[in-house]
Amino acid sequence: MRRGAALLRIAAAALLLPLAALAASPEAALSQVVDAIEANRPDLALQRVEKLIADHPNFRLAHLIRGDLLLARSRPLQTFGNVVKTVPRESVEDLRSEALARLYALRERPRTERLPRAILQLHPGQTHALVIDSRHSRLYVFENVRGRPHYLADYYVSLGKRGVDKAREGDQKTPIGVYHVTANLPRQKLTDFYGAGAYPINYPNEYDRQRGRNGFGIWVHGTPPDTYSRPPRASDGCIVLANPDLLSVGRLLQVGRTPVIIADEIEWADTASLEAERSALANALERWRTDWESRDTGRYLAHYAADFRSGTQDRNAWSAHKRSVNAAKTWIRISLAQVSMLRYPREADFVAVTFDQDYRSSNLSNTMRKLQYWKKENGRWRIFYEGAA
Amino acid sequence: MPVLFAPRLSVTALAAAVILAAAPVHADELAEASKLLRAGQHQQALERVNKVLAGKPADAQARFLKGVIFAEQGSAPAAIEIFRKLTEDYPELPEPYNNLAVVYASQGQYDKARAALEQSIRTHPSYATAYENLGDVYAKLASQAYDKALKLDSSNTGAQNKLALVRELVGTAPRETPVAVGTPAPAASIPAPIAALVAPAPAKPAPRNDAAKAEAPGKAVLEAVAAWADAWSRQDVEAYLAAYAKDFRTPKGEPRSEWEKLRRERLTAPKSIAVKIDQERVTPSADGHVRVTFRQDYRSDRYSGSATKTLLMSKSPDGRWRILQEQVSN
Repeated sequence: MRRGAALLRIAAAALLLPLAALAASPEAALSQVVDAIEANRPDLALQRVEKLIADHPNFRLAHLIRGDLLLARSRPLQTFGNVVKTVPRESVEDLRSEALARLYALRERPRTERLPRAILQLHPGQTHALVIDSRHSRLYVFENVRGRPHYLADYYVSLGKRGVDKAREGDQKTPIGVYHVTANLPRQKLTDFYGAGAYPINYPNEYDRQRGRNGFGIWVHGTPPDTYSRPPRASDGCIVLANPDLLSVGRLLQVGRTPVIIADEIEWADTASLEAERSALANALERWRTDWESRDTGRYLAHYAADFRSGTQDRNAWSAHKRSVNAAKTWIRISLAQVSMLRYPREADFVAVTFDQDYRSSNLSNTMRKLQYWKKENGRWRIFYEGAA
Repeated sequence: MPVLFAPRLSVTALAAAVILAAAPVHADELAEASKLLRAGQHQQALERVNKVLAGKPADAQARFLKGVIFAEQGSAPAAIEIFRKLTEDYPELPEPYNNLAVVYASQGQYDKARAALEQSIRTHPSYATAYENLGDVYAKLASQAYDKALKLDSSNTGAQNKLALVRELVGTAPRETPVAVGTPAPAASIPAPIAALVAPAPAKPAPRNDAAKAEAPGKAVLEAVAAWADAWSRQDVEAYLAAYAKDFRTPKGEPRSEWEKLRRERLTAPKSIAVKIDQERVTPSADGHVRVTFRQDYRSDRYSGSATKTLLMSKSPDGRWRILQEQVSN
């Protein structure tokens, strides 16, 4: 009770703006119900929860809290979700964890000056990026403001029944990694199990495949019509949003572009340290570009890690190939555009970098979109994968 | 057991209040009617009351008793009508509200019962019977809310609640919990459990070992679909129902038990059934689910027809593919 009140005061002081913006959401209404309970005003709480249920009759968590508020008038409550009859324990537990996740998110608001450490840079063609904090069942939406992430909104999400770090088909887990939206499946093409729409992501990505991971069909999708939301651990790996939330997020997504970063927990950074990390990697990328243009193959190859791979080539094969190609050229000009840099979750200093590469040389020119994985090796950024994006 | 209704329907309280104003001859008739009522002789009691009402149709005491008789006989609509009218004519009396609420509750209309009891308490803040009843009604409302929260089959539990309510409301044995007088909401008991919500989340138990094997789903899925069609043709209800996942989404969102009952009837009613499927197509869907679309040809001694059907299948923890959703396309 004390703790809750304290958290609430902090939230109210620090975040008047975001809370006001959320005031109409069912989740904010739920929080106001809990506020009334904490203020020891059960009548007001009941009135609020009944209004919430009138607006969202399928919001199961609201029904649970209404049950508690009614039961409390007839006998003292033993626990939150004081269901009297014998029911499977998990079903109440599921709603309890949903309540925890939703209230935690509303009360532990990120301070607006803090940025997700995962997004070092977005390219000008990416309007938004999604970052999922799986521990707290939360999806954050960031807007691209001159390459830097700018907090826009956040939503409750349901993830895989058996948690995260998907490795195998059928393991009922949500992957951890850097992905992007690959399609937009309109609701007419789906059964209503997926709710208001669905956006597949590119699991397994290059890094997943390198590690022998498999499975398919990881989508960001909506909720069936008979329930407003699902428990925090409910899907077989998909990322599930309430339908109104899916519609809000869906409007912002760009097929082939919008990053979806799924992490154990969102890591926040301040502007200065994020900028320092970004420019260090940007400098490494720039040196790689100029060293390639210099046709000094030794300097160029020094950017590649010992365990580098590209397709079937290891570092030795790659080196031999590059030496012979570069030797035949009298000049090389490379320009990079649309550069995005996204830090890979669960890995120390590992960044997925993508860019449009315009390659011109004395005997060959081409353009392509490229993906590189950069990793810090002995304090220096090096490439350990390179291929077409 | 209608007779069990009596103790908590406040007959005597109102009787005492109104008899003072009643003519002596009426008082005798009504006292006699009350006695007959307590003895379970509803018809005789009703005759006495009607006699009084013939001479004095507006008599509150007689109307009230008539309402109690109807309630005990199980004529809820008639009882509701009488008590509702009494609350309009005598809004200051708590008893008609209380009895109106009890009849509503016996019909499972707990929201209306709650409103009437709250009104009863407003007219008489120290009316213990209404508090006691209100506590029971809150408990029933809570139970309904929990059913909605947990997606339980409220139609079944509703019936159980009704029986339990009658017994509890009426039980001749003294109640264990003392009657709460004063505030109807013991508010102090609420915050503690909910405050626990904002405490840090408890550590989750380690996930179980993953038994699922990675393999191409196509063959196993088609085998499951074939087994389903076969069970249907054999009219083997248990095997047929076992083809559906635990979280199968029933066609109209009806409770699983209701849907199962209907399917059981449909499977067992015909003398013979033959289900043939062909042109199966398996496509991966989200979440590791797959969609199987096929042509279904159904023949029985009562009906024959074919349709394109889509099954959304998911792999259960035991490794078997089961039906999550079933749709007919045309």
